Amino acid sequence: MTIAWASFTPLSAFLGGCLIGLAALLLMAFQGRVMGISGILGGLFGAASSGDRTWRLAFLLGVVGGPIAWQAVTKAPIVWQAVATGPQFYIAAFLVGLGTAIGSGCTSGHGICGLARFSPRSFVAVMAFMTSAVATVAIVNHI
Amino acid sequence: MTRLITAVVIGAIFGIGLAIAGMLNPSKVVGFLDIFGDWDPSLALVMGGGVLVNAIGLRFVLKRKTPIQSAKFLLPTASRIDKPLVLGSVIFGIGWGLAGLCPGPVVASLLLNGTAMLPFFGMLIAGLLAGRIIMRRVGA
Repeated sequence: MTIAWASFTPLSAFLGGCLIGLAALLLMAFQGRVMGISGILGGLFGAASSGDRTWRLAFLLGVVGGPIAWQAVTKAPIVWQAVATGPQFYIAAFLVGLGTAIGSGCTSGHGICGLARFSPRSFVAVMAFMTSAVATVAIVNHI
Repeated sequence: MTRLITAVVIGAIFGIGLAIAGMLNPSKVVGFLDIFGDWDPSLALVMGGGVLVNAIGLRFVLKRKTPIQSAKFLLPTASRIDKPLVLGSVIFGIGWGLAGLCPGPVVASLLLNGTAMLPFFGMLIAGLLAGRIIMRRVGA
């Protein structure tokens, strides 16, 4: 293992992380909801009431629009370098959806929200997806 | 209406946070997961900052009787550490590692890079719906 000091961005990572935590906190404070993106997406397709669907869509609209507005204001393009192409890209997407539905949460719900509530369930989920993600990258990159 | 405006603003804060953090760049995410290669520890600070702010703030927020704009706090009630939790999380981790994308960044970059993210989003939703059907079948 070596540390990639050239790509290490501690300040922006911490600052961005704090904003993510702030958003999770505000959603709980204002609407009493856990900010789990897979759950918010999944709830769009349930038998939820139309009012329930509306706040989900409003939130997701903000998530889509925020970075676009940010990019327009700062005039600095948001860097995006894909790692997966072809079948790997589609399989990955399907597994992300499938896994978060079965495991009832993703990096935001279990990670940012669950860990902040000291939920043992979320702690186990985070350990499980971190381990399998690290193992997957190790296999793809080094074997 | 004010509730919807709040939801949009909070969503935007989340999306901008992801952008600043570097989470919208799959290559950076995989750089963090690649602990056996040239490891970029940045994203540990994303998780650290997020959990820190949320954990400290929740101590005050959850002292309130109700949220500011709704009737009650909807906190998860499940507490059992079961097979679906672990198995689902392992499956999610494989997908996350393969593409460097988890659900938040997928939504946040939906319209950022032309139409590149749309098929990913479509397949993610297909997986989500398949997962819900499976969970209903097994009665969980």
